[in-house]
Amino acid sequence: MPVTVKTCATPAEAAAALSSDRGARYIAGGTLVMRALNEGDVEITTLVRLADRSLAQIRTSGARVSIGADVTLLQILREREFSYLHPVVRSIGGPAVRTMGTVGGNLFAYPPFGDLAAALLALDATVSVQSGYGARDMGLEEFLAARDRAGGTLALAVSFERPASVDAFRYRKVARVKPKGASVVSIAAHVPNRGGRVSNVRIAYGAMAPTAIRAKAAERALEGRTLDEAGVAAAVAAAAEGTSPATDAIASAWYRREVVGVHLRRLLLGLES
Amino acid sequence: MAKTALQFIHNGREVAVFVDGGANLLSVLRDLVGDHSPKFGCGQGGCGACTVLIDGDPVLSCVTLAESVAGKSIDTADDLKSGPDLHPLQTAFMANFAAQCGYCTPGMLMAAKALLDHNPSPSRAEVVEAISGNICRCTGYEPIINAILAAAGHGLRRA
Repeated sequence: MPVTVKTCATPAEAAAALSSDRGARYIAGGTLVMRALNEGDVEITTLVRLADRSLAQIRTSGARVSIGADVTLLQILREREFSYLHPVVRSIGGPAVRTMGTVGGNLFAYPPFGDLAAALLALDATVSVQSGYGARDMGLEEFLAARDRAGGTLALAVSFERPASVDAFRYRKVARVKPKGASVVSIAAHVPNRGGRVSNVRIAYGAMAPTAIRAKAAERALEGRTLDEAGVAAAVAAAAEGTSPATDAIASAWYRREVVGVHLRRLLLGLES
Repeated sequence: MAKTALQFIHNGREVAVFVDGGANLLSVLRDLVGDHSPKFGCGQGGCGACTVLIDGDPVLSCVTLAESVAGKSIDTADDLKSGPDLHPLQTAFMANFAAQCGYCTPGMLMAAKALLDHNPSPSRAEVVEAISGNICRCTGYEPIINAILAAAGHGLRRA
């Protein structure tokens, strides 16, 4: 069924087009929206796109990085400064998906997809959004919680600080299909080490709830501990707390809850799968 | 609903078509341009049968908005051969029995071409990674991986 395609000159114009039409969806790479159209989603009546690459810019200011929402996963892979994100991006799709898929789009992916959103959550990212009320920044956690109610909001960019050290950011994706597939669970953790103990711990999961979520009980249990068997035990025991995974073709909710602690332990201890 | 004029480069030749709003690139290539080499598999971007190259990078044409390729260069498996001469990848696929039903083959070839164009001497792991978005239900992948490695070993005489 044909839809209207609006090509906008500016993000503000695109945001206005989104907020004035309930059937409008922003399209960048197309891996989510075109898939929905191909499946016959009649709720989509208008596609809104930008005429240029104004949202595909990467900016750095000191330790802080801002990645435009239209930056593709391939662009991330080509930037050496994002080496800590490369394992995350490589775990998503095949090369063609990474050519097309964008950072902003990944924030809207439903489980078992959206692994990058979990990584960005662990990095304490903020999202710049534009709506009919203007532009503002909001925490990624708040953005994800409101995502499905926030029609008419255009994500402009995500920004975050680089991990404190190479070893401070860790990521693991568990999939049944090798070399890659959709997530049973993905886990990202930011565990800065201060004097042998971790502080300001942030742990995030993909595929353990309708959006990427923080594992707050595990974070509390790990704060101030050492990254050894005894130090991580309480966090592992609390790993499934606060999660609400789905049962899908990849895994049952029960299975996901059972294994998330196993994989969190391996991630924190630096063990192989 | 009004159609939109669209121009792009298809296998080195400029084409102009009128497309429906929201049409995907695969349907445009197959139904309007007449290039049946990219295949419709899942329509969800999950199987890779529709893989084509846009400006040299692999994309899934079934989930590519046709209007987004205006002015860009699209390469498909239809143009790999040169007259009667097969592309080295095609020859290697034949020699290594890398096609059974053949439905995934055009997508596999384009994914492999994208790899070898950027990395003429890939490792086995890099080949596996390059075709990780392309599903084959016949071969078990080994003959395809061997064919791509063989093509790389012989060198690609044509771009």
